[in-house]
Amino acid sequence: MAGSTKQPGPPKKPLTLAEQVMQQKQTYDQQAYQRLADSVKPRPRVIVNALNAFWIGGVIAALAQVITLIFASAGLNPRDAAAATVIVMVFLGALLTGLGIYDEIGKVAGAGSIIPITGFANSIVAPAMEYKREGFVFGVASRMFTIAGPVLVYGFIVSVLIGLIAYFFS
Amino acid sequence: MSIVMAFIIGGLICLVGQLIMDLTPYKVTPAHILVGFVTGGAILSALGLYEPLVKIGGAGATIPISGFGHNLAQGTLEAVRARGLIGAFSGGIEAGAVGIAAAVIFGYIMAIIFNPRG
Repeated sequence: MAGSTKQPGPPKKPLTLAEQVMQQKQTYDQQAYQRLADSVKPRPRVIVNALNAFWIGGVIAALAQVITLIFASAGLNPRDAAAATVIVMVFLGALLTGLGIYDEIGKVAGAGSIIPITGFANSIVAPAMEYKREGFVFGVASRMFTIAGPVLVYGFIVSVLIGLIAYFFS
Repeated sequence: MSIVMAFIIGGLICLVGQLIMDLTPYKVTPAHILVGFVTGGAILSALGLYEPLVKIGGAGATIPISGFGHNLAQGTLEAVRARGLIGAFSGGIEAGAVGIAAAVIFGYIMAIIFNPRG
């Protein structure tokens, strides 16, 4: 009787205490692990991402420079050579997106594939291709500007503002 | 040599974009990056700070979308000098016309020809 009343009592208390201790230890361990993970994990990713963006963005820019030099040696003036390079790069960006290659590059390159003008072409082709079944007006044509639209809106706004400031304040 | 400089400058501009994506607490999408870099490039260009980058890096500075912003700003400023107030409205879009037309034409053709994978 006494043993049976004692037994449910003491085993319960030490167990809950032990559980509490265990839980506290567990949450502490989790927090410590989280701190460790936070301090260790994002940094290599940030560094690796940054390096990948740097070298892939650099390679795209270097390729564009090669194309510019070719156009320049063919007799185009610097301005036309730059314009022709933009046309070629936009073509390449659009073609590689159509072939599904550019999105594979983008998984590694991040901003290195977004920021060059090839990435602008990619942002036009990718959604247009995706929503083709919605038709040629609301599917293809409209979706082409999902990202390019905002870019042009803010680009035009800021360029007109610059023009107005230059006109009235100089 | 100019190819190496294009690599370095182009790479650095992309690196800045990647750091903005990874190190800011906001959800920065590719659309935000593109809009931000066009706007930023145009403003830097208007302040005369982007032209030196183009001198050093060539295509490394003009091929990133910030170079498109530079194009818009310089086109506007040139047109304002030549045509006054009308130029403020016409210059940017005129200067950006090549890139925009190429993007629309090739973008449309590729979107029609190809289908998404998977």
